[in-house]
Amino acid sequence: MERKIRVLVAKPGLDGHDRGAKVVARALRDAGMEVIYTGLHQTPEMIVETAIQEDAHVIGLSALSGAHFPLFPEVVRLLKERGVDDILVIGGGIIPPEDIPKLKAAGVDEVFGPGTPLNEIVEYIRRNVKR
Amino acid sequence: MYDRKELESIRERERRWNQERVKEWLKKRPERAESFRTLSGIEVKRLYTPLDIEDLDYSEDIGFPGEYPFTRGIHATMYRGRLWTFRQFSGFGTAEETNERFKYLLAHGETGLSVAFDYPTLYGYDTDHPMAKGEFGKCGVAVSSLEDMEILFKDIPVDKITTSMTINGPAAIIWAMYIAAAEKRGIPKEKLGGTIQNDILKEYIAQKSYIFPPEPSMRLIVDTIEYGMKYVPKWNTISISGYHIREAGATAVQELAFTLADGFEYVKAAISRGLDIDKFAPRLSFFFNAHNNFFEEIAKFRAARRLWARGMKELGAKKERSLWMRFHTQTAGCSLTAQQPEINVIRVTLQALAAVLGGTQSLHTNSLDEALALPSEKAVRIALRTQQIIAYESGVTDTVDPLGGSYYVEWLTERMEEEAQRYFDRIEELGGVIPAIEKGFFQREIAESAYRYQQEVERGERVIVGVNRYVMDEEIDIPILRVDEEGERRQIERLRRLKERRDSSKVRESLSRLKRAAEGDENLMPYILDCVKSYATLGETTDVLREVFGVYKEPIIF
Amino acid sequence: MRELAERALRGDRRAIARLISLAESGSESLKEAMEIIHPRAGRAHVIGVTGVMGVGKSTLICEMALKYREMGKSVGIVAVDPTSPFTGGALLGDRVRMNPLASDGEVFIRSMGTRGKLGGLSGAVYDAVEILDASGKDIIIVETVGVGQAEVDVIRIADTTVVVLVPGLGDFIQTIKAGLMEIADIFVVNKSDRPGADSTVNELKSMMEISEKMVPVVCTSATEGEGVDELLVEVENHFQMLKDTGELERRRRRRYETELVEIVMGRLKKMIYDEGRFRESVGELVRRITDGELDPHSAAEEVLAGLLR
Repeated sequence: MERKIRVLVAKPGLDGHDRGAKVVARALRDAGMEVIYTGLHQTPEMIVETAIQEDAHVIGLSALSGAHFPLFPEVVRLLKERGVDDILVIGGGIIPPEDIPKLKAAGVDEVFGPGTPLNEIVEYIRRNVKR
Repeated sequence: MYDRKELESIRERERRWNQERVKEWLKKRPERAESFRTLSGIEVKRLYTPLDIEDLDYSEDIGFPGEYPFTRGIHATMYRGRLWTFRQFSGFGTAEETNERFKYLLAHGETGLSVAFDYPTLYGYDTDHPMAKGEFGKCGVAVSSLEDMEILFKDIPVDKITTSMTINGPAAIIWAMYIAAAEKRGIPKEKLGGTIQNDILKEYIAQKSYIFPPEPSMRLIVDTIEYGMKYVPKWNTISISGYHIREAGATAVQELAFTLADGFEYVKAAISRGLDIDKFAPRLSFFFNAHNNFFEEIAKFRAARRLWARGMKELGAKKERSLWMRFHTQTAGCSLTAQQPEINVIRVTLQALAAVLGGTQSLHTNSLDEALALPSEKAVRIALRTQQIIAYESGVTDTVDPLGGSYYVEWLTERMEEEAQRYFDRIEELGGVIPAIEKGFFQREIAESAYRYQQEVERGERVIVGVNRYVMDEEIDIPILRVDEEGERRQIERLRRLKERRDSSKVRESLSRLKRAAEGDENLMPYILDCVKSYATLGETTDVLREVFGVYKEPIIF
Repeated sequence: MRELAERALRGDRRAIARLISLAESGSESLKEAMEIIHPRAGRAHVIGVTGVMGVGKSTLICEMALKYREMGKSVGIVAVDPTSPFTGGALLGDRVRMNPLASDGEVFIRSMGTRGKLGGLSGAVYDAVEILDASGKDIIIVETVGVGQAEVDVIRIADTTVVVLVPGLGDFIQTIKAGLMEIADIFVVNKSDRPGADSTVNELKSMMEISEKMVPVVCTSATEGEGVDELLVEVENHFQMLKDTGELERRRRRRYETELVEIVMGRLKKMIYDEGRFRESVGELVRRITDGELDPHSAAEEVLAGLLR
């Protein structure tokens, strides 16, 4: 059976800085993954619904506005509410180091800050997809 | 610039130098790389001599400061007369908190204010809008009504200092609030000085904080240009910005070319409204990025001035003042690293120095912690001190354009100009700036550059200290500014009380008059001023325009 | 698997999504599910929308879907984008244009990469359409970029095929080259507010006169939502005509024939590449062909003989 990792790259909130999201999206594609891009200004509800319809293995959230709280944990909460426990949730952006443990405690699987090598993200996804 | 005989002898010397000296030396010590390139990918030669600028004409291409084509600066004495404005972009949380930060900065020697608004405000939403959830006060201050604006500038002498406001989609509304708040304090609008960014084209191209489609957006911008020209003569009604284009991943060449293309587009739009170019051109200002490649940045600034002066002349500008490119510079946020954040101070210093050597009129230096969060008070102070050291200790301000005449800098300046011209031609082929946006041209060019840059970093071809070389395991110990969560609740409460208190029939009337005007083709500024004075909120006013104008949908480009 | 299929029939979105994934990956366990799915499919009207890059297909589909929703019909959308032949990855961005549908529970949107895989692309799209159909969607819209034969094949799934163009000669020629003229049941000239729309319509009409195949031409401006009502009327007329003339049945027979052959071909290819005994013998044959000991045709005979044994 052919296995293809599907990643939903989403920008929650109002912030329009999509450079990072797009660079990561391209890197994942170049690593052979299928990347579904949602565009800007997504609510957590939209992101979760899209992830379900697209049967994504991974949700990658990008926020540079500081709105990772409460938006990232909200995505995790909605997934749980819908009974989804097999989607890997990762995030990136301008995220203060002391927020990372809090995001993880809230159920975000991993957080990648500025300067993360693209390959590290690719490898992390390959090793950690839940199905 | 040199006579033929002299050039011939230099050419001969250079040939010998290459064949003998360099060849020998390379045998002993090969160069560190096969080729050296600027961030724009321009190949840099080993050495520059008069031969590289033999086509340049000193009087026509370089000239004197304060004189056409202004390559060496727009003022005759530059920083010997007056230093640039120290202007730190700031804003967070509620209007009260930001008002305090403004006072702190002014007390520490800042000479102009620069307001950052939060995301809901940038999109014309009030703090109580569902899309505002989680965004309040995070990237700037929330301003939902005239009341917030009054608090934001309380006790600040807006008739004496200038204020720059980074606002685009709802720029006309926010500007109207500033004018109305000042008038309420008895300060007439003729006395107000400052800038609204009001540059929607670069939002479509790069930063994506747009609201309306291009056509009505351009109308609103020309409305503000016209209104400013007539009633707020000291105000810069637009700040044509390359900063965000660069942050989105563009190269220096792309930043230069796209920004100027946008600038000419606004000028053409205002001319086709029937405005006199020499009346509005002096109020146009620019905003550039200062990135890492020192000389390329300096060449970019010099080329920008020359290109603008030449282009404006072609568009029919007669007054010298109309040919000036006045610009604000901010050091490159995207160059800051989350790793070893303290060393960002050094990056910022070099970038700021490039801006000063490039002849900037005002400067923002980034704080060392901005790859992690909003800057703390101490980090902002260090950033401001960086400017003060350059201004008062380094001596680079003692003479005008100290790098003018450098073979390399002059060559690179010319090269930047040529590359920009090439982009102008391509944009023209695509039918102009707006059609090129709709076709995704800029977005594609920028996405390509961003990806290429990232790959160069990954492969180690571009060294970033602390990221791909000299990496350290470290505990990051930077005090982080937190936005008070209570502020959001207080702001929503204030908004609720305002809506109870205000005369709602006045609000309704002013909004419906705005709607009718928007459906026609009058200048909307007086109507918007009426709305904000009746305490219609930002969201309510923007919604009226959304209803008439529709909203922009972007083409998706990777 | 049976349980997953039952859930999909009840409209469970996660089950639908998971089944489509199994179809995409060419899973053999899908057979069990399709036994349940297939008898319940066949009620939906399947509309194919194709055209070269940048003609505004996704926006148009979004507008169509919004109108269908106003009529109370549920909608499934399958948006196909090319997979990179070099990396095997894909960027699927059609959803961005369909944001207004994002929070509607009666709309299901699925993005697919062409993947260029052994089973053939159309196989997975057929299955996806059947799954959405059986789950109760009234209208299913399949979007493809009409550039290659594989994409043109996909569009044969549709009962009604809409070919989208924009004003301008370049697109017209590309559309002809891509073989999209032959498969159109309805032409849409989108972005008709642009200059040159009239001449594009005229060219289309004169093209059709030459080929003696007349189909409706509708002008739309999808970003403004103009012309979409008219398009839906034409789509409905076409569907009615298919039903009245018995053409619907002929088209569906053709659809199932293509699907059947594809499944068989896919399985054969899989056997040749994946099963130990064939992989070895194929490898050996290739070596002999390379060395000039054997020609490819004779080698093929040997492989076929092995398969049929």
